[in-house]
Amino acid sequence: MNIIICIKQVPDIGSIKVDPQAKKIIFPDSPGVLNPFDAYALEEALRIKEKRGGKVFGLSLGGPESEFCLREALSLGADEAVLLSDEKFKNLDAYLTSFVLAQGIKKIGDYYLILFGKQAVDGDSSLIPAEVAEWLDLPQVIFVKKFDELTDDMANVRRMTEDGYDTVEISLPAVISVVKEINEPRLPSLKGKMRAKSAKITVWNTQDLQVEENRLGENQKSAQIISVSPPPPRPKGEILEGSPEEIAEKLAAKLREAQVI
Amino acid sequence: MVFELTEEQKLVRDTARDFAQKRLKPVALELDEKEEVTPKIMKELGELGYFGIIIPEKYGGSGLDSLSYILILEEIAKVSAGVMITVSVHNSLFCQALNKFANEEQKQKYLPKMATGEWIGAYALTEPHSGTDAGALRTKAEFKNKGYVLNGEKLFVTNAGLADVFVVFASTKPELKAKGISCFIVEKSFKGLNIGAKEKKLGIKASDTRAISLVDCFVPQENLLGIPNEGFKMALEILDSGRIGVAAQALGIAEAAFEESLKYAKERKQFDQPIANFQAIQFKLADMATRIEAARHLVYNAAQMSNNNHDFVKQASMAKLFASEVANFVANEAVQIHGGYGYMKEYPVERYFRDARITEIYEGTSEAQRITIFREISKG
Repeated sequence: MNIIICIKQVPDIGSIKVDPQAKKIIFPDSPGVLNPFDAYALEEALRIKEKRGGKVFGLSLGGPESEFCLREALSLGADEAVLLSDEKFKNLDAYLTSFVLAQGIKKIGDYYLILFGKQAVDGDSSLIPAEVAEWLDLPQVIFVKKFDELTDDMANVRRMTEDGYDTVEISLPAVISVVKEINEPRLPSLKGKMRAKSAKITVWNTQDLQVEENRLGENQKSAQIISVSPPPPRPKGEILEGSPEEIAEKLAAKLREAQVI
Repeated sequence: MVFELTEEQKLVRDTARDFAQKRLKPVALELDEKEEVTPKIMKELGELGYFGIIIPEKYGGSGLDSLSYILILEEIAKVSAGVMITVSVHNSLFCQALNKFANEEQKQKYLPKMATGEWIGAYALTEPHSGTDAGALRTKAEFKNKGYVLNGEKLFVTNAGLADVFVVFASTKPELKAKGISCFIVEKSFKGLNIGAKEKKLGIKASDTRAISLVDCFVPQENLLGIPNEGFKMALEILDSGRIGVAAQALGIAEAAFEESLKYAKERKQFDQPIANFQAIQFKLADMATRIEAARHLVYNAAQMSNNNHDFVKQASMAKLFASEVANFVANEAVQIHGGYGYMKEYPVERYFRDARITEIYEGTSEAQRITIFREISKG
C-alpha cells in the first residue's frame, strides 16, 4: 500500500517581485526550494511508513528543475519519485494542475493516503488538495494537525480550525493536507543525500498519462487572472523623540488617540 | 592552485552546512553554557550519519573521502567548535584507528555501532607526565591470563563522559620506552576503568573532557589493536590525519569570526557612519580574509594529499600550525572590531576567541608542529 506525497518546487519567497503591468509574478533565477509546507507532509508520510510499512512516492508536476525537490524527498527516505513533465503542463491553472496530478496518482496506484502540504507558498491558492480529491472521487480533510489513529481503511485526524480543532473520522483512501503544527521535519542524512543524487526519477508526459492534448487547452482553464498587484508597502513608522518620560507620554497619547488603550 | 570540489563533495558540504545552520547554530551558545552536547543533538548527529563519515560502507558508514570529511568538520566548526571536536575525535581518532589497524573481527564488532553513534569513541594517549613527549607514557599493560592488565592514568580525554569505548595506549615493554608501547580497545564496561569528573575549560566547552584511570583493568587479548609494541608509531600516524581535522576546526572558527566581523563592521555606526568605512577596520578585515584564504588552501591540500595516499605529514602539520594561528589572529581581531560588545557573551566572537585557543595546543602544539615540519624539510 502506497502513500503518495505531492510536492512542489517553489521560488525562494524572499526574492519574489510583482509586475502589475504584465500581471505577472517575477520569480528569481535561483534554483528554488521545496515548498516549506510540503516538508511537513513528507515527514508525516515517512513517519507513517516507518510504523506501518509500504512505500512512499514523491510526486511533482513541473519542468526538469522540479527534480530537485523530488531528490530532496528521496534523500529524506521516500522510496520512489515521479515527475509529471511535459510542454503541455506549463502554465496550467489549479483546476488543470489538479487534473494532471490526479492522473499521475491513478497511474501510481495502490494508494491509501495522498498527502499534501496545506498550500504552496508561491501561488498560495490552497486549492489543489481538494480538487485532486474531487478528480479522484475520494474523501478529503484539509489542514490536518494530527493523526490520532490510522488503519488500512480509516483515519482519525484533527483538523485545525481558527479557534481549536475538529476531530474527523475519514475512510481511506483519502486526500489529506497538513499544517506545520503536525511535526518537526527531519533533515537529510549524508547517506540519504548521496543515494538520492543518483537515484532514478520516473518522468511521465501526456502520453504516459493518456491525457488528450485538447484536455489542457486554454479554453479548459477555469480561472482567469484579472490583475496581479504587490501588497501595499508598509506605511512608514514614526520615531518618537525626547527623554524616556516624554517618549512614554507621547506614546500613551498616541495609543489613546488610536483607541488602543 | 584552484580547488575544484567534486559534485559529491559539494553535496556533503551543503548537507552539513544545512544541518549546522538549522540545528546547531540556534543552540550553540546554550551548549557552550551548559557545557555539553545534549543527548538530542548527539542522537541527531548519529541518525544523520555524522558519526560514520569515514567508516567504510560495508560497516554501515558513509565511506567518504578525506576532503569531504574535512568540509563537513569545517561547517560544523563554523557553528560550534565544541560539537565539532566531539564528532572529530570519534571519527578521526577512534574510528580511524580501527579503520587503519583493527583486524576484521574487531572491525565487525565495533564499527557498525560507531557508524550510527550508538557507541561513541574516545582516544586516550596523554598522561599527567607525558603530553608532547607521548613516548614517555607510564600506563602499563602486563600480559596475564590471555589478556592484559592495564594500570595508569590518562588526561584530557575528549568524549570520555560520552564514550562507550576507548583506544588506550599503554606500555607493554617499559624498558623499550617508546618502542614498547601497545594499543588497546577498552570498553567502558571493563572492570577497572574509571571515568573522572568533567573538566572546566576555557573554550570548546560543549565538548566533554575528563581524566580516566585504569586500575587493574583487564583487557582480553582480542582487544589488542594492531601489532604489539608498535603503538607509538600508530598513535603518531592516527594523529597525522587527526590534525587535519583540528586544522579544519581552526579554519571554521576563523571563518565564523570573520563573517561576524564583516557583518558587524557594516552595521555598527560611529561618527555617523559604518565603521567599515574606516581604513583601520578595512585593513583588519582584509588581513583576516587573506589569511583565511591561505589557511583554507593548506587545509584542503593536506586533506586531498592524505586521501590520495601521498606522504602528507609535512602538509598536515603546516595546515594545522597555520590554520590554528590564523584562527587565533582572526578571533582576536574579531573581538577588537566588535569593541566592548566583542567581550560580551551576547556576541558570538567572545566564544570564537575562547574556542580558537585550543587549536594551537591539542593534537600537537604549534611548537610540536614546527618540530615535525623541520624534520620533514630537512630530510635528505
